[in-house]
Formats: sequence, C-alpha cells, structure tokens
Amino acid sequence: MPAEKPRLIDEEGRRLDGRGPADLRPVHIEVDVLANADGSAYVEQGNTKVLAAVYGPKEVHPRHLSLPDRAILRCRYHMAPFSVEQRKSPAPSRREIELSKVIREALEPALFLEYYPRTAIDVFVEVLQADGGTRCASITAASLALADAGIPMRDLVAAVAAGKVDGILVLDLTDVEDKHGEADVPFAMMPGLDRVTLFQMDGVLTPDELEECVKLAIDGCKRIYALQKEALRERFVRIRKEIEAGEVEG
Amino acid sequence: MMKWMAKEPVISKIKKRRIIQLISEGKRLDGRGKLDYREIRIEKGIIGTAEGSAMVCLGQTEVVVGVKIGLNAPYPDTPNEGILAVNAELVPLASPTFEPGPPDERAIELARVVDRGIRSSRAVDLKKLCIIPGRRVYILFLDIYVLNHDGNLIDASALAALAALSNAKLYGYQIENERVILDKSIWSPLPLQDHPVAVTLANIGGELVVDPCLEEELAMDARITITVNKDGDICAVQKGGPGFLTVEQVLEAINIAREKAEELRAKVLG
Amino acid sequence: MTIFFERRELVVPGDLLAEGDYEPGENVYKEGDKLYATRVGLLELKDGKISVIALRSFYVPKPGDIVIGDVVDVGVSSWAVNIRAPRLAVLRATDVIGRPFRPDKMELTKILSVGDTVIAKVKAYDRTRSPVLTMGEPGLGKVRQGRVVRITPSKVPRLIGKKGSMISMLKRETGCKIVIGVNGVVLVRCKSPEDEELLVEAIEKIERESHVEGLTDRVAEMIRRRKGLAGGEAQADR
Repeated sequence: MPAEKPRLIDEEGRRLDGRGPADLRPVHIEVDVLANADGSAYVEQGNTKVLAAVYGPKEVHPRHLSLPDRAILRCRYHMAPFSVEQRKSPAPSRREIELSKVIREALEPALFLEYYPRTAIDVFVEVLQADGGTRCASITAASLALADAGIPMRDLVAAVAAGKVDGILVLDLTDVEDKHGEADVPFAMMPGLDRVTLFQMDGVLTPDELEECVKLAIDGCKRIYALQKEALRERFVRIRKEIEAGEVEG
Repeated sequence: MMKWMAKEPVISKIKKRRIIQLISEGKRLDGRGKLDYREIRIEKGIIGTAEGSAMVCLGQTEVVVGVKIGLNAPYPDTPNEGILAVNAELVPLASPTFEPGPPDERAIELARVVDRGIRSSRAVDLKKLCIIPGRRVYILFLDIYVLNHDGNLIDASALAALAALSNAKLYGYQIENERVILDKSIWSPLPLQDHPVAVTLANIGGELVVDPCLEEELAMDARITITVNKDGDICAVQKGGPGFLTVEQVLEAINIAREKAEELRAKVLG
Repeated sequence: MTIFFERRELVVPGDLLAEGDYEPGENVYKEGDKLYATRVGLLELKDGKISVIALRSFYVPKPGDIVIGDVVDVGVSSWAVNIRAPRLAVLRATDVIGRPFRPDKMELTKILSVGDTVIAKVKAYDRTRSPVLTMGEPGLGKVRQGRVVRITPSKVPRLIGKKGSMISMLKRETGCKIVIGVNGVVLVRCKSPEDEELLVEAIEKIERESHVEGLTDRVAEMIRRRKGLAGGEAQADR
C-alpha cells in the first residue's frame, strides 16, 4: 500500500504532535543504566528510544587491529528487530553500517585517543524504538556513555536533526515527518567548542534554507547539551541533597 | 566484530607536515590552488555490455560506472515507481588497503552518498520507470567500480554516475501472456531530468581545500561533500572523517560547492 | 585570569573551568588560554594549577603502585594479570621467584594459575607498552582468602582518608584486614560474615557519597549504629 502523504503542519504552524517548528520533542535521559558496561546511557526523544554502552579502553584482539600510537574507536549502531513497524532483520543493513561509521566519526573528535595506544574503545548503540532522529539520539546517548565510563573528553557531543516539512523549516523530525518531508538534516556538534562533527542531508534545500537548518540545528544541539550536562550531574546532586536533608543513614 | 571497518594506510609525519605547511601558504602538493580540481577526463560508453557507462579520471583516481537495466517487482510502499540500486566496489587492485570481500563501510558510504544525490534530485524520474503498477517496473543498477584510489572517490564516482546515466539506454518491452519481457531491439535514451554533482572539500589544519588527493585525505581532519543540483540547490550533504569542521567552514563549503558544481557539470554534459 | 566554578564544585566534560595563566592539572586540558574539564568530577585549585578530581574514571598505572588483580593467562615465562587498566599487565616469572627462570625446570601454572588473585607492585609503565608487575617484595603475593570489592580508582584516597583516618577507623570498627590497591580493587578479610557485610556496605557508601563533605563521620556513624543495633542497647554510646 503506498503511504499517502498526510498534512504535516496545520494552518497555525502546529505539527502533528502539537509542536511548533523549532520545538524539541520531550527528552528524557538516564546515565549509568547498565551494570556490566563501563559506561552507559539511555535517551528518549519523543517516541525514539536508544540505549548506548561503552566498553574500554581495553585490549584489542586480534592485536593487528590495534594501533601503536592511539586507541581505536569502534562503533556499532544497531536497530532491534521490534524497533520499527515492519520487523527488521537483525543482520546489519547497509544503512546501519553507514550510520555506525558516521556516528563513530561524530564522536571521535571529542576523544583523546592518543592517551591509550594499543587499546580499543567500543561503543554500542541499540535502537529500541525508532521514530526519527535515531542516529542523533544515538550520538547524544553515546557521548554520555563515554563520559560515564570516565573516558576523557574534550566536550560532550550533542546531536539533533533539522529539516523541511510542508515547506516549513523544522527541528527534531519524527519518522513520519522525515518520510514525507522535503529534507532531513542530521547534525552533531561539540557545543562548547563550536565544532561540527556530523552533518548530513537528504532531500533538497536552497542554500539559504540549508543555512537556516544549520542554525536551527545548532540551537537544538545547545539545548540538548544542557540536558546532557544536567543528566551527568543528576545523580551526584541527588545524593548530596539526600544527605543534607538527613535522609541518608549516618 | 564490526567487520565492516577498514584500516587506513599510514602517512609519514614529514609528508603530513609538508601538506599542512603548503596549504597554509595556499599551495598543494601538486601545485594546485586550494579551490582547484585535478585534471578531469571523462569517457562515456566505454563498456559495450552495459546499458550506460562512463569512466572518470580525477587526477590518478579512476572510477568506472556501469548502468544495467532489468525488470523487477516494485517495492511494496512505492508500487508506481521503478527501482534505483546503487552499489560500489572498492576492488583490491585499486589500492593496497582494499581487501576482497563484501563491501566495507567505505564502499557502503560511497554508494549511499552517490545514491542520495541522484535520488533526492530526482535525476532519474522513477515514476517514468513503472511498467505495470504494483507488478513490474524497471530496475536500474548503477555499479561504481573503483579502479585506482588516489582520493576523493565520492566526486569521481558521482561524476561517472552522472556521465553513465547521461548515455544510458532504456530498452522497450513487450507484454506476452501477462509477462513483461525486455525488448532490446527498441530503446530510447534514459530520461534524465537533473544533473547532480558532488563537490568534496577537506579541512586540513583549519583550511578548506577542494578535491583532496589520497595523501591529503590521510592528512585531513575531516571532509564535507555537498551535492548540488542543476538549479544550484543542495540535494545531499555528507561530513566524513575522524575530525571536525567549524560552523564557518561548513557555511563556506556550501558556497564553494555551488560554484565548483557548475564547472564540473559543464565537463560532463558539455 | 578568571575561574568560572567554585572549589569542589561538580563539573562535567567540556565545562569551561577558567581562562588565563593557570596550569592544567589532572583531568583538565588547555587550549589557548582556556581550561576545560575532561571528566565528571570536583574542581580543585592549588598553587595556580586547576585539576578535576574524577568521580568517574578508570585506573592508569604508575610505577610504584600497589595493585590487586587476577591472573587471566599463563605464558611461557610470564603471566597476564588483569589489573583493571586499559591494558593487561605482565608479571614475569623472574619477578615472582626472585631468581632467573628456567622453563625446562619449572612450570608456571604450579606457581600461579588462571583465576589466582595477586597483590603486586607496578614495576614499570609507559603508555606504549603493557604495565609490568613484580611480586618480589614483602607484603606482595598470591591471595588465598578474602573478598574483593571494587571502587572507582580516583576514590581510593577517600577510602584511605586524611593521614589514613578513614581506613584506620574502618579497621578498628570492623576488626577486618583491609588491603587497598591503587587500582580501585580492595581486599577485605573479616572474622565474621556480618563484619564483612558491614565493611562492604561502608565501602560502597564511600564510593557513592565521596563528593559530599563529612564522609568519615557519616561512615563512622553508620557503622556504630549498625553495631549498636546488632549488639543491643548497651553498645549505643561506644
């Protein structure tokens, strides 16, 4: 059945989920959610749910895959078979392989790989539920998992997609907006350093529209960055509050 | 584990320093300016067994693209459209770092970026490739074959793809007993309604240069590919490489790409 | 010269800590004249040097460190030991038996085998090679009994306390033997399972609350209250 294109933005500029064009979906972040991983984080952005885990730095086997002067960063982006409407085969698709590469290249500039020669830092992201913006949520989560693992970073990497839907430039597209919209622009950066580490576009935009999308995305990234920092601090702030309120033994 | 990853060759430190030094003076290894492409040679129709073909030499980078046309059932969510399937092979003879085996992440990224440019720009109108809606459509295979890797495979491949599509034949068909059969005795030129061109820039030590050769790619921080359609609009973007670009560089790259795309397009079509 | 955070304030990677003529210390990097945090932790400023005491980190070996680890592999003349560092450590036979090793006359697995826990000292380490351990000193050797508890390596100083105040208090209050590896591995040996549970809980409390001042008192209070409850009312004002 061909998918009929629904009306994505109404006369008042409201999107299907009620958002304005520059609104982010509700974001929920938790850090240190997996016991075995050295670092982990869970991110929900609207109905998109991703889980990231980091192992390392650790020895590489086989040894010939390691580098003598720095760590290698390995990244696996994978979608759970039940994460999409039509069950997806668990075997890595070409899309997952491309996304694994671009996600790795989005995170690498933030790390000091030269500190840990002959080791590997492994990042695993599982998309549990997909509703658009999965690679961006993955980068946001993986960044936090790296910080949670105590791996030194230049800055956190925040990511969000901008795009064009029903002729309007918007931020943080859902799956239906991505499928039926005119353009999708996934974007990631280190907001504290103004460095762009992911930038892709699918669709057609005039140069001015593309520049506007970049600005929208930068603004979105800065907001996500603030949420990331809050999430990293949260546990420590909560424990301090509990102690000061006398809720903790001793 | 992550068997699609590739191992890049090592560049000597003195070479890397020299590249960065030259670029800071506005020069490159082969004497080019920062915004100059290498010499481009395009030959169309070189593979007789393909429905469309072209070879592009971009400096020492050599890519052949072959277009093959077949018949297929359409995808369920697009019953009125033909199928475009783009694949890239980094064959072992092209570089000491290409291993035999299934496509690695570089080959997959290359194919998908070239595909994105063609698909987003609707260079090939897939609706015109529909024969019996919901039952039979044309499938257009675009195979990118890298013969020598000296950097900037994306631009060379996208150029070769455009050149191959521009001389591709679309066969006619007969319908016998409700079966569609290709009729190779009748053909018309494959209708092409846009001419997307990819322009790749590399960030080397804070400077942007166009069309990086292999050594420049090994010395670079990151690259950005901007695919431009015939109206000067952008129909694909891909940042690649382990480093970053500044916001300024990103915006500058878009402007440079639009200018260079016009030059490249003229070479393919002119 | 400006500092943007208070001493002992919680910072996260990417936080701009200061600008100016400061020296970057642990977990801080400097670009131009800006200093940034590289890890989650507490800001420290001392003698013009800005550092971050990490609350999330892993162990990086230094020569002289006493560490506790597990043997994971046996080679021809050495063992591989997991000391929870980015690379496996090497323990050579000569550094265990104290004299040149004769492979034809000795089988390594008879001395140490896979799964054995050892207390060792880091003999040598540089980033490009595996850390090298030695066991040829008093106090080092194979561990025959006890329980291992792991903490974040950067919290080891909190577990020891100022001038050893925390660890002395723990030993005194629980009566347990405690060996602390700089790599965040702690070995405890207690007379009773109750003492052991109490000590492990205390160590976990230190791990969780290390960023809030007054820790030694809180831990001491927790232990006393538990022992008071266990031993009846009479223990209350011990």
